[in-house]
Amino acid sequence: MSAPDTPRFGSVEAARGRLTLEEVGAIASSRGLAPEDLEVRLRADASSRRAVLALFAVALGWLIIGTIFGDIASIKLHSPDFLTRTSWLTFGRVRTAHLHAVNYGWATAALIGMALWLMPRLVHTELKGVPIAIGGAVLFTIGIAAGIVAVLAGWSDGMEWLEAPRWLAGPFLVIGGGLIGLSLFWTVASRKSEHLYVSVWYILGAFIWFPMLYLVGKWPTYVGVESAAANWFFAHNVLGFWLTALSVGGAYYFIPKVLGRPIYSYQLSIVGFWSLAMFYSLNGMHHLVGGPLPTWMITTSIVASVFMFIPVVATAINLHMTVVGRFGALRYSPTLRFVVLGAFAYTAVSLQGSFTALREVNRVTHFTHWTVAHSHVGAYAFVTFVAFGAMYYIVPRLVGHEWPSERLIRWHFNLVLAGIAIYVVALSWAGVAQGLALLDPATPFQESLRRTLPGLWARTFGGLLLTAGHLVFAYHFWIMVRTPERARRTRPPFHEARPVLYTAEAEAARR
Amino acid sequence: MSRRGDLMARTSLVALGAFAIMASAITILVVIPKTMMREVRAMPELAPYTEQQLVGRQVYIANGCIYCHSQQIRDPAFTTDVNRGWGSRATVPEDYVHDRPHLLGTMRTGPDLINVGQRLPSVDWHLIHLYDPRAVFEWSTMPAFPFLFEERQPNDVRPGEKVVPIPGPRAPRGVTIVAKPEALALVDYLVSLKRQYPIADSLRAGDRMAIGGGTHGAGGTHD
Repeated sequence: MSAPDTPRFGSVEAARGRLTLEEVGAIASSRGLAPEDLEVRLRADASSRRAVLALFAVALGWLIIGTIFGDIASIKLHSPDFLTRTSWLTFGRVRTAHLHAVNYGWATAALIGMALWLMPRLVHTELKGVPIAIGGAVLFTIGIAAGIVAVLAGWSDGMEWLEAPRWLAGPFLVIGGGLIGLSLFWTVASRKSEHLYVSVWYILGAFIWFPMLYLVGKWPTYVGVESAAANWFFAHNVLGFWLTALSVGGAYYFIPKVLGRPIYSYQLSIVGFWSLAMFYSLNGMHHLVGGPLPTWMITTSIVASVFMFIPVVATAINLHMTVVGRFGALRYSPTLRFVVLGAFAYTAVSLQGSFTALREVNRVTHFTHWTVAHSHVGAYAFVTFVAFGAMYYIVPRLVGHEWPSERLIRWHFNLVLAGIAIYVVALSWAGVAQGLALLDPATPFQESLRRTLPGLWARTFGGLLLTAGHLVFAYHFWIMVRTPERARRTRPPFHEARPVLYTAEAEAARR
Repeated sequence: MSRRGDLMARTSLVALGAFAIMASAITILVVIPKTMMREVRAMPELAPYTEQQLVGRQVYIANGCIYCHSQQIRDPAFTTDVNRGWGSRATVPEDYVHDRPHLLGTMRTGPDLINVGQRLPSVDWHLIHLYDPRAVFEWSTMPAFPFLFEERQPNDVRPGEKVVPIPGPRAPRGVTIVAKPEALALVDYLVSLKRQYPIADSLRAGDRMAIGGGTHGAGGTHD
């Protein structure tokens, strides 16, 4: 049993009755908390433990699978004779399997896991309907797996981001997602906190928005260009209202939490939330600039894309100003490192998106690899980084001991940071080169393709670094969960580098 | 901490507001356009797809052709799709009334295909190109689709089967390549892709608010 001066993150200990009331009191006082407050947290963590760990494990499985699909697709773009004998591995199918595995498998499962852990913590109660949530997660996972197998077998509904067949994967996704949502709403309904923290709005919003979007995207009666409108309404908003909403919700929690200071401005967070909903929801048609749709629709989306400055700047000020003056803390906390970088990537990708929607920019970048690079800044450097950061924070609190290896954390961070940097720079450059070549009718078409090849090779290299980073993280997660009792460490990694974090004196000295 | 008057502390208000905003966006960008598009009719020159072409379209979808090929021509005032020889005019909503779902595409790793039947009408060319794109263009990075074909002994070809005459050094030795029905359907679909017939000026106009006519992606800046 740990001494009171080395506080264990022990929800498990509490749940298993390993901590006595006196010990809870000792830990609480070492952190400046009332014992009842610590007790609330321990109970919250214990209630969500099984569902969250299961979802994280599933998410990491999808991350590895999805990354391998991504590598195969990336290699095929510069070496097209790689793996062509079987229809299951043709570029158009592997690419789509990659998109589904990483967005609906990895990111969705990881962020749902994060939400199931956050919600009870934020509303001071236990997770309600745990079997419902776990059952929902199982159904959702079956739905994603079925959708990916169908796509690989050549059964696709044909619209980007919506390929998984509606009559096969649809029921699993709707019922599975619905059950998870039910558990979350039930938890909020039985809340004991009076206040609803910012993150709760985003999680609630995400679970209201996603079913609406899926219904609209999968509606089976669209004809011609109206299916294009529905397609990009869904495909754009699933990023903004599902992945982004949950990730921003996470960033709003972890940054102030790890730093031990309040969020910069409560008012700005309200502005950010509602203006995101209002402007992001009208953005989708900017994927069809110049296309055969009514001009007013495309113009509406371009205008809304520019208005995205409002929520993005509001959220950026809020998240970045909370960190300003405390960047040293990034050395100490892997959570902070990933989430703060993720928040920067969110600001960057959103501003980039607003500019890309402008017609003058779009005529160069539309139909090129620029868009793919852009989506990876969003889905990876932002969403995936926040998910990594969340997992570094949450898992120790669920298994009751700390991450075993500082070296593995360093390897994970360095590999994925280098990987995504190479990926985005190389592919953005290739996209602009491609776009400029396509815009010049005197340049033969094959030139637009040749000019992308160095960027595509570099992208494969970046992708392989990401793969290595993911394998390191998955291995670390595995040994973390499986560590034998005697090898468990109770001190957080990098504690020796700990800068002044939560003391009132430090805050006073800074002022 | 608690604020009695804080509206953002009421679950129902947050949930209702979130729902209402999304519902209004759906109305603006999906429901209203869907109502408007009812008025869009096909030109007499645009024949519906045949059974075989629809099968071919499904093969196009199944193998993800859309991830490298678009099917839309943008206004010449805005960009150079027409100068590149991909079509003679911008495409309009009328050109797509038989498309379920749309295959407009968002990527041009390969060229646009909405008029590929006009440009490349030869069935043999398409079959050779699908079997081995690099037998046609050494620089191509298109995937080969050997699984849409069968390798046969030369004396094992039945009457009515389509033999694919692969030319040059990349021709497989000692075997004859026969197109499977999927390959024939796909090519039938590809050579049917033609959106070159003339359209009325009224359909082109950038202010065609009522029915679409959004071909003027350039807005005022390039006119």
